Amino acid sequence: MTLHLHATVADRGYDVALDVADGETVALLGPNGAGKSTTLDLVAGLLRPDSGAVHLDDRELSGDRAWVAPHDRRVALLAQEPLLFPHLSVLDNVAFGPRSAGARRAVSRETARHWLAEVGAGDLADRSPARLSGGQGQRVAVARALAADPRLLLLDEPMAALDVAVAPALRQTLRRVLADRSVVVVTHDALDALLLADRVVVLEDGRVAEEGPAAEVLARPRSAFAARIAGLDMLRGRWDGGVRTADGSLVHGLVTGPEPEPGDPVVAVFRPAAVAVYREPPGGSPRNAFAVEVTDLEPLGDQVRVRAGDLAADVTTYAAAELDLAPGTWVTFSVKASEVAVYRT
Amino acid sequence: MTTQQRQVGVPAWIYLPALLGAVLVLLPLAGMLSRVDWSRFVDLVTTESARTALGLSLRTSAVSTALCVLLGVPMAVVLARTSFPGQGVLRSLVLLPMVLPPVVGGIALLYTFGRKGLLGAELDALGVQVAFSTIAVVLAQTFVSLPFLVVSLEGALRSAGQRYEVVAASLGASPTTVFRRVTLPLVLPGLVSGATLAFARSLGEFGATITFAGSLEGTTRTLPLYIYQLRVTDPDAAVAMSLLLVVVAVVVIGFARPGRTG
Repeated sequence: MTLHLHATVADRGYDVALDVADGETVALLGPNGAGKSTTLDLVAGLLRPDSGAVHLDDRELSGDRAWVAPHDRRVALLAQEPLLFPHLSVLDNVAFGPRSAGARRAVSRETARHWLAEVGAGDLADRSPARLSGGQGQRVAVARALAADPRLLLLDEPMAALDVAVAPALRQTLRRVLADRSVVVVTHDALDALLLADRVVVLEDGRVAEEGPAAEVLARPRSAFAARIAGLDMLRGRWDGGVRTADGSLVHGLVTGPEPEPGDPVVAVFRPAAVAVYREPPGGSPRNAFAVEVTDLEPLGDQVRVRAGDLAADVTTYAAAELDLAPGTWVTFSVKASEVAVYRT
Repeated sequence: MTTQQRQVGVPAWIYLPALLGAVLVLLPLAGMLSRVDWSRFVDLVTTESARTALGLSLRTSAVSTALCVLLGVPMAVVLARTSFPGQGVLRSLVLLPMVLPPVVGGIALLYTFGRKGLLGAELDALGVQVAFSTIAVVLAQTFVSLPFLVVSLEGALRSAGQRYEVVAASLGASPTTVFRRVTLPLVLPGLVSGATLAFARSLGEFGATITFAGSLEGTTRTLPLYIYQLRVTDPDAAVAMSLLLVVVAVVVIGFARPGRTG
């Protein structure tokens, strides 16, 4: 099963091309309003594109002349909340898809039991959805979506509403049951992208900002959003023996990948933990130094993440107290050139 | 379920108008009760004419409630789940019988289905005589009751939202299956209370009925019409029958009371 989407939606400024290969899981990343939900709506048949088309294998689902109704697309949706039908038992919820496809009650319940067992929720069959925990409900919702035998699964932040304590177990289950399926998963979570997805597509402002294998995009992000969810600092500029940023400063680092030509768009990427923070500019060192105003401080285990606009630095709690950091304080972020990766975008 | 809820107090003076309102509703009932001739009560409400009127009322109200459900559920779904030009105007027009004096409704029905009405000639040709028949009673009751069901069901549909329906469709359920297996069960409490309201409104229907159907014993003389006629000839019987209608109404309200489900 392969998905091919290339569509525009004018009033949302949306223009995206997306392909999902047979058996591939693609993670859609991007800030709110970037077009992730629009993508899911277009594929599920909840939204008509202004131009372009959606194909599932050779079948045109949406297009200039074609329109396949949502129930006829064999594209199952899994949302943040389980949305189990409250008037049906867990078993009949999962049997809903096969029943709708015309299977007899006994046969569809058999299918339902199989998929409940598959997601580790076999013992919940006779419960009412009201008596499930969030994690259990989402497991059942996964079983329900799979029991409908979809050709493509759309997951819309499936773990976002869950307790951090139960999310890992569900993530493992999803990783197992989604392995050979064609899936599009919207997520804000780098872990989801790494564990579930073969490929990552980052959307920004209704366009594809970057795409590539999940591990590669998160290790070498080229878009601001990918850098943020990978927890990396990114500075953008033009190659000039280093990264010449918009404000004119030059950031030195180690070039990885092809050597850039002067004027090429490049980024400098480094870990917040590699950044040292000073109240006074350190003189005469071979480091990159940026004068920044602290915008936010957040606790991070035994450390403190110091945010200054798009940049972040991790310092020990002790150091943060010693430096007397607070939002509005001007400090110098300093990072060794050997800690900075520079590459073309 | 009763739980102790923390709440800010209401202003002390608000109890006074609230109490006056309750008195305004309950005092006339007490007044009526004070006039009931208990020694003859059972005899008065079980006369041949009384039983005929009650039976006719219950039968016609049941049929008109069924009609309200058959026609009102699709109307509510179309109003709540689709959008088309002129929908707002249509919604207001559908609610018209709620605010119209029932007599006006009766006249409108008469000049539509009556012998000299809009469809009179066609109905005559089919040999159907609608006005002043039991069919007219049912039509009048349905006309005035339909908006009650549509309004309460449309509200239930809107608050239920479409998220479950979207999921059901993505699982392969056709629109008919979604309607039958998801939409209807989710709004069942709203449908039940809407249908109960429609039944109560049908049971109490007077103005449109007497205008369009007349007051023929056994055919169109429902309980309210019978009470209105007795009021002059036998006030004691009118009071006894009124009390009977109050009891029926209270039972019906008990069914429709919101928040009873779940």
